[in-house]
Formats: sequence, C-alpha cells, structure tokens
Amino acid sequence: MSLSPAAGPVPAAIGSGGTAGPPRDRRGAGHSPGRLAWLRLRADRTALASGAALVLFLLVALAAPLIELTYGIGPRDQFQDRLDGFGLPLGRAGGVSGEHFFGLEPRLGRDIFIRLVYGLRTSLFVALAAAVLTSVIGVVLGTLAGYLGGWLDAVVTWITDLTLALPFLVVALVLPPMLTLRFYGQRDTVPAAFGVGVLIVIFAVFGWTGTARLIRGQVIALREREFVAAARASGAGPWHMLFRELLPNLRAPILVSFSLTVPQFVTGEAALSFIGVGLTEETPSFGRMIYQSLEYLQTDPAFVLFPGVVIFALVLAVNLFGDALRDALDPKSAG
Amino acid sequence: MLRFLVKRTLSAVLTLFAVSVLTFLMFFALPRDPVSGMCPRNCNPERLERVRQELGLSDPLVVQYGGYMRGVVAGRELGAAQGGHCDAPCLGWSYVNNEAVTDTLVRVLPVTLSIVVPAAVLWLLLGMGLGLVSALRRGTWVDRVAIGFSLTGASLQLYFVGAVLLLIFVYTLGWLPVPGYTSLLDDPVRWAGGLVLAWLSLALLCSANYARLFRAQLLETLGEDFVRTARAKGLPRSAVYGRHALRAAISPVITVAGLDVGAALGGTVITETTFGIHGLGRTAVDAVRAGDLPTIMATVLAAAVFVVLANMLVDLLYAAVDPRVRLG
Repeated sequence: MSLSPAAGPVPAAIGSGGTAGPPRDRRGAGHSPGRLAWLRLRADRTALASGAALVLFLLVALAAPLIELTYGIGPRDQFQDRLDGFGLPLGRAGGVSGEHFFGLEPRLGRDIFIRLVYGLRTSLFVALAAAVLTSVIGVVLGTLAGYLGGWLDAVVTWITDLTLALPFLVVALVLPPMLTLRFYGQRDTVPAAFGVGVLIVIFAVFGWTGTARLIRGQVIALREREFVAAARASGAGPWHMLFRELLPNLRAPILVSFSLTVPQFVTGEAALSFIGVGLTEETPSFGRMIYQSLEYLQTDPAFVLFPGVVIFALVLAVNLFGDALRDALDPKSAG
Repeated sequence: MLRFLVKRTLSAVLTLFAVSVLTFLMFFALPRDPVSGMCPRNCNPERLERVRQELGLSDPLVVQYGGYMRGVVAGRELGAAQGGHCDAPCLGWSYVNNEAVTDTLVRVLPVTLSIVVPAAVLWLLLGMGLGLVSALRRGTWVDRVAIGFSLTGASLQLYFVGAVLLLIFVYTLGWLPVPGYTSLLDDPVRWAGGLVLAWLSLALLCSANYARLFRAQLLETLGEDFVRTARAKGLPRSAVYGRHALRAAISPVITVAGLDVGAALGGTVITETTFGIHGLGRTAVDAVRAGDLPTIMATVLAAAVFVVLANMLVDLLYAAVDPRVRLG
C-alpha cells in the first residue's frame, strides 16, 4: 500500500500545456491553451459532478461554525440521556433522528454529523496547506535542479531517493512526540495548532520529492527548446528565464501534481489520526473517529459507516476531479 | 552487467548509511532528553539515570552512533542485566519489553511477511488482470466496470474496507475466525483463515493503481509501430500481446510494485491495527507510544532496508527486461 505521499500513481508523460499542438476541435480554434483546457473540462460530465461535490465539501468546511449555529449542536456537546445503560445510542441506526442527522457516538454521546463537519474542516485545511507547501518546495527545487543541473541536480536527486527510503508512517509517527518534547516540557499543555502545524510540515517534507521529480523532468525538456535558447541568446537574466520563460509553461504539471497530492494528504491525515498520533483529541478528525468506532463494530456499526462513507466520498471526488483535470490539460492522456 | 551491479550496490549502501545517520539524529539528538519519553509519569530517577548511562547518552553523538553501528555489524557487549554479549546484528536492548531488540524483530517479521507477500501476489494478479482486460476490451462495458472498480478502490480507506469485511464475514456470517496470526508451519489452514481478510482488503485497494497504470501503459504500447508490425506479419494475437506488448508495458508496473512492496514490508501499520495483528508496524507504533528508542530505531532501519532492497531488485529486474538500462 502506498501511504507515502511520494508514491502513488506515476503520471505518465504530462505535456506542458503552454505549448500544446494545433487545436483539435473547431470550437477551440484560436483559444489560449488555458481556455482550451477550461472548455474541455466544462464538457466533461464527470468533472462537473465531482467539481460540484468538491465545492460543496469546501463550502461545508468553510461554513462549519455557521452550520453549528443553525444545527444548534456543537462538536463537544454530549447527549448522555439518549444513550442506554451500555452507553450505546437509543433508536435505529445509531440514534439517527431529525435532531441528530447521523446519530450519536456511543459512550460520549456526541453528535456525529457536526463532528464530521468539523473533521472535514480539519482534513481539508491540513491537506490543502500541505499541498500548497509541497508544490512550492517541489517547484522551486525541481526547477533549480533541472535548469542549473550539475551538483545541485545530483544533490536533489539523491535526497529524493533518500526520502523514498524513509518509512513515512513510522517517521510521521515518531517526529511529533520528539518535536513536542523539544519545544514543550513534559507537563506543559501543547496547543492543538502545534500538532496541526507539525503534521503539515511532515507532509511537506515527505511530499515534495514527487513534484520536484516531475518538474525537473519538464524543465530539462524545456531547457532545450528554441524559445528558451532564443531568450538566452538575447541575454535574458536567470530571473527572467525562470519566471517568464519556464514557469508559465509549467502550469499544467504543477496543477496535476497538486491534484495528485491533495487526496494523498487527506488519506494520510486520516491514517495518522487512525493510528492515534496525528492530532489531539480536541481536534475532530475522520481517522480518529474511525479508530474509536472500531471498538463498536459489532454493537453500533452505524458509527463506523458514517465517517467511512464521508471520507470515501471526499477522496473519490478529489480523485475524479484530478483525473478530469489531467485529461483536460493533456488530451493525449485521456484513455 | 557486473559494473551496473557494483554501482547499484554502492549507492544502496550509501542510502542506508544516510538513513541510519538521519534516524539516529532524529531520535537521539532532537529531544532534550531522549529517555524522558520512556516513562512519562512516576518513574524513579535512579532507573532513568541507569538507562541513560547504559545507552551512553553522555558520550558525543559520533561515539554513540559508532557504538550502535559496530553492534549491528559485529555485535557488542551490553550490561550484565541485558544478557551480556549481544550477537552480530545487535540492535540494542529494549528497556520497555525487557528483551533484545533483535529478538523482537525476529518474532514479528514473519507476521508482516505473512501479510504482505500473499497480498502482493493477489494485488498484482488482480490489478494486472483488470488492466489487461480493460485495455483489450477498450470502450466496452467491461472496460467501464474495470475503470469504475479501480477508481473506487483507489479512493477507499483500508480501515474502512477492513471494518466492513470484518462486520460481514466474521461478525455477521461467522464464516471466518477473528483475525490473528498463527505460524504457517504450525497450521497452514488457520494461518490463511486468520489473514485472508487482511490480504483481501490490501489487494482490493492496491490493485486499483495497477489496473489504471497497466491499462494506460498497454494502450500506449498497442499503438506503437512494432506491435502493428507484429500484427501485420501475421503473428497470432496471443503472441502479439503476450510476447511483444506485455513485455514492453510491464516495466513501469515493476517500478511501482517494488516501491509498494518495499514500503509495505516496512510495516503495514494500518492493516495490522485494523485487524489487531501484531507485526512490525504495530511494534513500531507501540514503541513510539512507550518511547522505546532502541526498538523505534530498529523498526525504522528495518523498513529502510526493505525499501532499499526492493528498489535494488527493481533495478535488476529492469536490467533483465530492458537491455538499454544495462548499457546506458
């Protein structure tokens, strides 16, 4: 299984969108490559559906406090009076009712729906922040390594190999407690934000290699192109070369690798919380919910089902949209 | 070929060396006091001081690292309480388990191997089978079903699939025993019965990637000139696909498979947690929880060795399949 963000499907030969060949469909004649991709994306039903689902997820995550207000229940409120003597929720399917859309957690009696809404917020925030950081590091190092070559290239390539050899889960497991010990005393209370920050940094440190490798390959291919040679011949400085000549042509691969890393980080955050090391109890998280729910697999299966289905829907939507995006940016890759 | 082998081995050794230095620094230099994690509450200071002394934490880091590596390569002397001499692959002594770390690894390694090896065979067969079928029947309903299956599989989470499988086959239908590990040599039937759900859920999830990858690769290969030539000179379909196209399309699959199997051998933490099986992954998690430094260090190193070995194997296979690699 590939939980390491660096692994995962290797995107086969992604063309640089900036210099796409002659437009194939007549509709797109005379349009810029970006506009072409947008037209293709809009014509794709899967892209529309998954894109709409993603927007919905994002809105729910952003509006979590608003939802809490209208729903009238907070993520830490407990409803002990609706549990039976064994601590299991009363009523059908884990206590699903008009008041508690997805029922209640056994033992603590917290509302599952609102906890999932906040879990979504955590999950998307961590994944998006880590993906942005990953892209920035990956693009900078990949471009420099590909463009300058030489010893810098060798070092970046070697660090990539090294990162692949480190077991992601185990290191991600070990680093947070070590870092916490470094910055906080044995009995200090550690703020929840510190845990979230450490998690994002770990994802970025492990994730940038994939992006860097992809970008490096693209830059090496671009370096030999006529327009780059022409710019160099007319005396363009390195700044101009990187930002005006290379970067605009890397838009497509950057977007693609971004779309590949987001679902990996959603999965990674849930996996780490599942093992019980990612985030602390006060931060609602999918993985932690599922881990706690496994105990009740026999007595209250609904508790396992709701978080499981929500995270599946989220990852599926991201994957589908990422696929569609890849096809739109590079029509050759469409199967 | 020999030059290639030597070069590859050297780079593998270099990577392993770097990984060991990195992990050592991470565990022994990063925290203010490495042993303080070992007993967070009510632990007597004398015991902590003794552990600190026996681990040699007051020595310079280089000396500590040297001692550790000498233990791995040639064995070293430990304190009398830890059984005196510690033989060649000496990974230190775990104060939490009261056991030599090497013994712990020897105990849990077969468990992880029993999970990963059959699962890998299953996921490769399933993934490549699906990829082959959907590439040959491109555009038909078979293709759409296979693609849908692989997209679903790629988005599923192991703990969720595992939970659903457990609920159906163990708790509701009662067809299978509660998962657990029995040695293959003791009782092969119970061995398989206790692990089959872990194999299935791993295969279901991992095969998805291979189906997509193999399909894309095959489609690309089938469009190439040499395949058209093979077809045009009247070779039977089985020879065109089997001997020409398949061989060309398989190399990226080898790469990904090597990475995946290597990573999985380093600890199927999620699988082991979901099914409550105690392998290398669970050992690592427990060691982290208990602050058991020598065991953590050993599990990370073991995982790195697996990844590096798998990568080396991939390169060798590559060289065997594709002569250009050897010469280039």
